[in-house]
Amino acid sequence: MTAPVPEPTPLSRAPGVAFILKKALISALVALVLFSLMIGVRTEAGPTGQLIYWTRFGDLAAMVATVFGGSIVVELLRQWWGPVGTVRIVPPPMQNALAVARRAIAPVLLIFTFLVPVIFYDQRYILDLGILVLTYVMLGWGLNVVVGLAGLLDLGYVAFYAVGAYSYALLSTNFGLSFWVCLPLAGILAAFWGVLLGFPVLRLRGDYLAIVTLAFGEIIRLVIINWQSLTGGPNGVSGIPRPTFFGIPLTPGDDGLAAKLGIEFSPTHRIVFLFYVILALALLTNWVTIRLRRLPIGRAWEALREDEVACRALGINTTTTKLTAFATGAMFGGFAGAFFATRQGFISPESFTFQESALVLAIVVLGGMGSQLGVALAALTMIGGFELFRGFDQYRMLVFGIAMVLLMIWRPRGLIGHRAPTVFLRHSQPIVSELVREGRA
Amino acid sequence: MDYFAQQLINGVVLGSIYGLIAIGYTMVYGIVGMINFAHGDIFMIGGFIALISFLLLVSLGLTAVPVILLIVLLVSMAITALYGWTVERIAYRPLRHSFRLAPMLSAIGMSFVLINYSQIAQGARVKPVPPIITGGYTLHEGSEGFVVRLSNVQIIVVITTIVLLAIFTWLVSRTRLGRDMRACEQDQTMAALLGVDVDRTISMTFVIGAALAAVAGMMYLLYYGLVDFFMGFVAGIKAFTAAVLGGIGSLPGAMLGGLLIGLIETFWSAYFSVEYKDVAAFSILIVVLIFLPTGLLGRPEVEKV
Amino acid sequence: MSEPCILSVDHLSMRFGGVVAVNDLSFTAERRKITALIGPNGAGKTTVFNCITGFYKPTSGAMRLTHDDGRNVQLERLNDFRISKQAKVARTFQNIRLFPGMTALENLMVAQHNALMRASGLTFLGLIGAPSWRSAEKHAIDLARRWLGRIGLLDRADDAAGNLPYGDQRRLEIARAMCTEPALLCLDEPAAGLNARESAALSELLLSIRADHGTSILLIEHDMSVVMEISDHIVVMDYGVKIAEGAPQDVRDNPRVIAAYLGADEEEAIAVMESGT
Repeated sequence: MTAPVPEPTPLSRAPGVAFILKKALISALVALVLFSLMIGVRTEAGPTGQLIYWTRFGDLAAMVATVFGGSIVVELLRQWWGPVGTVRIVPPPMQNALAVARRAIAPVLLIFTFLVPVIFYDQRYILDLGILVLTYVMLGWGLNVVVGLAGLLDLGYVAFYAVGAYSYALLSTNFGLSFWVCLPLAGILAAFWGVLLGFPVLRLRGDYLAIVTLAFGEIIRLVIINWQSLTGGPNGVSGIPRPTFFGIPLTPGDDGLAAKLGIEFSPTHRIVFLFYVILALALLTNWVTIRLRRLPIGRAWEALREDEVACRALGINTTTTKLTAFATGAMFGGFAGAFFATRQGFISPESFTFQESALVLAIVVLGGMGSQLGVALAALTMIGGFELFRGFDQYRMLVFGIAMVLLMIWRPRGLIGHRAPTVFLRHSQPIVSELVREGRA
Repeated sequence: MDYFAQQLINGVVLGSIYGLIAIGYTMVYGIVGMINFAHGDIFMIGGFIALISFLLLVSLGLTAVPVILLIVLLVSMAITALYGWTVERIAYRPLRHSFRLAPMLSAIGMSFVLINYSQIAQGARVKPVPPIITGGYTLHEGSEGFVVRLSNVQIIVVITTIVLLAIFTWLVSRTRLGRDMRACEQDQTMAALLGVDVDRTISMTFVIGAALAAVAGMMYLLYYGLVDFFMGFVAGIKAFTAAVLGGIGSLPGAMLGGLLIGLIETFWSAYFSVEYKDVAAFSILIVVLIFLPTGLLGRPEVEKV
Repeated sequence: MSEPCILSVDHLSMRFGGVVAVNDLSFTAERRKITALIGPNGAGKTTVFNCITGFYKPTSGAMRLTHDDGRNVQLERLNDFRISKQAKVARTFQNIRLFPGMTALENLMVAQHNALMRASGLTFLGLIGAPSWRSAEKHAIDLARRWLGRIGLLDRADDAAGNLPYGDQRRLEIARAMCTEPALLCLDEPAAGLNARESAALSELLLSIRADHGTSILLIEHDMSVVMEISDHIVVMDYGVKIAEGAPQDVRDNPRVIAAYLGADEEEAIAVMESGT
């Protein structure tokens, strides 16, 4: 005898209009209280130094109404889409199409990137944007080694970026060394810092490691600001020489590259050159990372992320494994920093704030920890998105913060939902991200 | 010697403020195991709310300082507590069963939201406030002419801290809520099975932490006479250092840690260098985590294999 | 003539604050034999394991591992990973600790990390793709393949370890430990959660490991059928103390052991036994 099927109760039916309205009303009330003083009243330091204020009840009302409306929209969406994490079955023909698209994305993107300076030769803005995106792609790939592969949460990655930048800046302005000589030096110095910083703290758990790396990043920035005799303090270092084409400068004069090649000089040459330099550096980062993943050290990084205790039981020295991950990531950060210095010609501590570390971390997490393509796409999305907000700096960071929260709620494992194994007997089967651990926390 | 005594007083006052913030960190870490990255910015919001409430009350014609202080205290505690509740509801609760790093990254996002929200809402410039409470007591006049002063503001800060600590300790050890909190700290699943409303308890933890941070914000406003949108970031790290130094999860530890950090920072800037005082605080964090990870009053954790 | 004992535990004690988990424990495990460590829950068996494999630093006592060539290693002085690397002690865990996001094959490759690191010239030879590296890698894959075949997972080599059924995961963990080519294999409840058929297969696997590789085995186990079938020597613990040691037959009929498992008094146990049931 089968059990009787229960009658659908009011609770099991979809929430009605009253429920949604009630929720929206509560949200609006909460918003009213939250915004009452912060938005309703605007304070400012007055002309004589005293504090003045004025009211903005119109803005307040608008914000509360937005929350009310937004709450309704969110509820409706939630009903339509189902709760976060609902599994959606993708029909097979679409699955095949997706699979083909997935494999095509990387090569297509790569070819497109190579051709960007050709396609957009005259659009300085696009070229600059491209250089910026590629810089962050490289930073993302570098941090990916630490966070994505080894599972070590590093919130102070900007420190290595800064070390690389200042190394090149100071070496070139004080000793006249060229970019190509300083580049490996910057990487080595940054790696050295990585080991130095990493050594005492790598046995800390995830949360603590994160805070400590954050503290390190801040310490480096404060030291840079305050050690004026060495770093120029808040004024930074200027007059950083631009890179040469293996010794031949890209200047309009007779000894310039343009003259040597017999073509007319154009300032765009240097931009294009810089574009290909950062592209080469980024691709180097990518290549090394992919190779290392297949070698025992890379596999040890990933095993460390999966289960550190098991690693130790297998005889793996987890301390040196963590240090190598840290140092390798730091080295790439250093390279990127040196490039940044030479591209800008001027650096100051303001470029090396915690916000940068958070941005690179967001790129790595959004990309799907460990995935090279994911990180590249994430960098493109984030930096491209940032560009849309040019001129609205504060709103930019506000949206960034909201995006991070939403990302964690909606897709905490990032865009790319799987991990590719590094060795296989028959065929390489991607592993879904739910199985892949994200490091010890 | 007089200089030393003055720094001692200043350090204790600063330490009280850090301690109030640190309690929020330690409570949240104890109950949900996450570092509430946005907590320092809740402190900042508390400061702003206090500032604006002050302005409104003064412009409404109120002149009795104790009445103003009391109203501002209650208002900023209430509103900031609501901020804390909202942040938990929106950014942390949905992630409670998610991957371990998700709440931390969400908290970082929330921190950015709060900082930039304040910046947009109230402008980027530092907001100065004329001293609301003036006067004090001269404790000792030194031979070189250096005067050791204990100002009224300092007395108020310390007394408020003590009173709140007393209330709070009573809350945690004697009330049902406190018992629920301690139960959730030990074993959330079991607490839920025994009828503890885990969601509500966790929310209340955040709310109380935010309320205390609001008090700290108001005290900061009274003591230093200014607020700015970035003050939560550095203060947050220092308060977290205090929580770790005292032993994360331990409430007396948070206060003790706060006092120590306040004293260290004050003495460092007085005797060594002001520019590097933040570096000193951050370095202490690193040193403590390396050599004394369980803090002064914490319990050592043995990892189960 | 090599020393018969591979592992000698002397007066081992482990204290956690006020709790004494292991109290003055001494026993030996013989070379190329299977020694079982049994006892009721909470007896301290896993704690002993953790001390032997370096995850806990014992409060007092000594543990000596003697290699085939006579070299002695004092385990209480080594850090955890060094015990696996230098003392050649491998272990599995009570709650399986595989690398779930990696394939079965990758799990076995990680186990050969140290050998492969040396062969890759600390990575550098590997980066340039030197032939010596490539042959070492091939050799490692072959070893992994042999073990996968042995535990019947060859056709699931490319599946994520986290996706494998429970019994397969247990066997994979043992294979992974064996890929480190240990002298002493410590197994923490390898038969937990296995049905009768799987337990029999496990017993067979362990016996073949002992026969083919000469590996000594120390195992914690609750499944008496497995213990009785394969053990050469049994050590019984209760409340952190050794209460019996000897051949399986002797231990099985020991009233103290029975009493400990039943949670009853020794006298009661003897009474039950003598009443002929």
